[in-house]
Amino acid sequence: MQTNQHNWTIESKSSLLDLKLKEVWAYRDLLGLLVRRDFVSFYKQTVLGPLWFFIQPLFTTIIFTFIFGNLAGISTDDLPKPLFYMAGITAWNYFADCLTKTSTVFKDNANIFGKVYFPRLIMPLSIVVSNLVRFGVQMILFLLMMAYYYFVVGASFNITWAIALFPLIVVLMALLGLGTGMIISAMTTKYRDLAFLVTFGVQLLMYATTVIYPLSEAFNKYPAYAWIIAYNPMTPIIETFRYGFLGEGSFSWGSLGYATGVTLFFLIFGIVIFNKVERNFVDTV
Amino acid sequence: MSIAIKVENLSKAYRLGQIGTGTISRDLERWYARMRGKEDPFLRIGETNDRSTKGSSDIVWSLKDINFEIEQGGAVGIIGRNGAGKSTLLKILSKVTAPTTGKISGKGRIASLLEVGTGFHPELSGRENIFLNGAILGMRKKEIQRKFDEIVDFAGIERYIDTPVKRYSSGMYVRLAFAVAAHLESEILIVDEVLAVGDAEFQKKCLGKMGEVSKGEGRTVLFVSHNMGSVQQLCNRSIILDQGGIRFDGAVNLGIGIYHQNIMSNKQSFYVNETDVKKKISKISLVNETDEVLSTITSFDQKSHLRFEISLDSSKGVNFGCTIFNEQGDAVMSTPVFDNFDAAKNNQVIKIEFPSNLLKAGNYYLEGALWQHDGEVIEQNDCYLTISVEPRNKNEILEKGVRGILLNPFEWKA
Repeated sequence: MQTNQHNWTIESKSSLLDLKLKEVWAYRDLLGLLVRRDFVSFYKQTVLGPLWFFIQPLFTTIIFTFIFGNLAGISTDDLPKPLFYMAGITAWNYFADCLTKTSTVFKDNANIFGKVYFPRLIMPLSIVVSNLVRFGVQMILFLLMMAYYYFVVGASFNITWAIALFPLIVVLMALLGLGTGMIISAMTTKYRDLAFLVTFGVQLLMYATTVIYPLSEAFNKYPAYAWIIAYNPMTPIIETFRYGFLGEGSFSWGSLGYATGVTLFFLIFGIVIFNKVERNFVDTV
Repeated sequence: MSIAIKVENLSKAYRLGQIGTGTISRDLERWYARMRGKEDPFLRIGETNDRSTKGSSDIVWSLKDINFEIEQGGAVGIIGRNGAGKSTLLKILSKVTAPTTGKISGKGRIASLLEVGTGFHPELSGRENIFLNGAILGMRKKEIQRKFDEIVDFAGIERYIDTPVKRYSSGMYVRLAFAVAAHLESEILIVDEVLAVGDAEFQKKCLGKMGEVSKGEGRTVLFVSHNMGSVQQLCNRSIILDQGGIRFDGAVNLGIGIYHQNIMSNKQSFYVNETDVKKKISKISLVNETDEVLSTITSFDQKSHLRFEISLDSSKGVNFGCTIFNEQGDAVMSTPVFDNFDAAKNNQVIKIEFPSNLLKAGNYYLEGALWQHDGEVIEQNDCYLTISVEPRNKNEILEKGVRGILLNPFEWKA
């Protein structure tokens, strides 16, 4: 038997600054198994299986192309419309999935959380990683579309050096979704009202992000209000993403740095409030 | 022996009724009070109210000022009625919820089994669920791999190991789940009433495994059950919880006896220890022929006596009698009634021979009562005395296995 004689204490209050990251590391195997569970259980007993990951962004792109591109005639910075939208949708979906799933983490797992202890942070982390798998599949679809437009249609776009920032962008989206999601989840355990706001709010937030229009267009048409869009931390992330893969978009180190700062703030604040609520949520949920 | 778990002044308050309305204003109120360094108004209300008084407060103390220590390797049964606070205590110990006040400190990894199969996913196979459930309980992947065969073997479901658990019978499900938890390498095992679901054979197997864990491997076990048989089999100490407080803490047999007595008499609250009230039956002891106090009967050649000290203001028409109970709470026998008190004496001592030759090995406890001729009880003492009777011959198991409550003192002639 291993001698694992560490001492522990349980008290009514815990330090706010204790992020319990060491404990999370000790449970890293659980993280992997939860991700596997999510992935396997997603397409068990479905006919199309992982193909479902393709269908949603594909149809959204088609509809956006018709409505916003053709019907409303919103500029796409000279890029092929489907490519422009798909870039936005793929990135936005990842962020939005992380946010909405994380925001219901206490409600969805009340049963497990009420019966066994493990670092609660594992659950939202597993959500973010599970969604990463889905995001990866959707990225493949996006790359296939790029190849199709480049070789078959012969559209003009160029990949820039900023593509090297792709890993950073993915991490930023994940952590921003995680941080805001955790803040909302912590608050919904007591005040359920927020839960109604989330699905609807995320949808509205998409229109305040440069998913269906370029940032430059927003500054052209509404110079007085475009700062709202520019201060949305998801805007620089999506703009950088487009700039890297398609060569169009407003990229600046300043705005990316701003997005990173906001993300870190939400993340740390999220973890602190999450850890605080986690201790007693079983009694209130 | 070192201490495995130490619980100090542990309390947990719950709010009754609807949670949600008015919480923001209440939260602000609490926050404002804390800011000014005052006492939390939310908790102050609860303290002045007994939970048995209805309606006056929506705060109840599920646990109130609990203190105890458990030694390493101890097996403690926590017993009590529904709502006594047993599950709350286990929940706090398993870190599922935090205490309102107080502190628990301990040593070693805790495995807690408040429910079997927590986190099982119906779509995944038995094999996948063993890994998932093991990881939720805190095992590393390697550890599970090493124990995998043992777990499957213990659960007895080799044939179904690659079938999704949603196709399992509920019994198989429980078997698998318990098997995973039982193989967790922990220093402390916490088990809530989870065995009620399996069949008798499996329950026996689980108890065996838990006994092995506590006795053989020196792990600490905390066990909650309403099945006194399993508590007795597994534990060497019992804690009776009632209305959020500890009413008894001591030998398991005695605890079970007291629990049964109280359940049967259907009293509103459990007996309180003997020290606090002036008692008429002031002292009960077991003595040998030279009046030395005994606690255990080891020799059956010597006679031993029960000695009672009784103080009475007026002894007119007063009767006294005493009943001997066994470990299971069965009344084994009662003494004849004594009604010959000396009216001139204030403090009287009476003795009666203890029927040690009739009693099987085990623990017994006494309850004495004083009543008037018309049947009105003056005092039913709660001053339980434990007497343990040692086995007559070396083969204890053989003696315990003899059927019947009493031993036959007669001898065969041929």
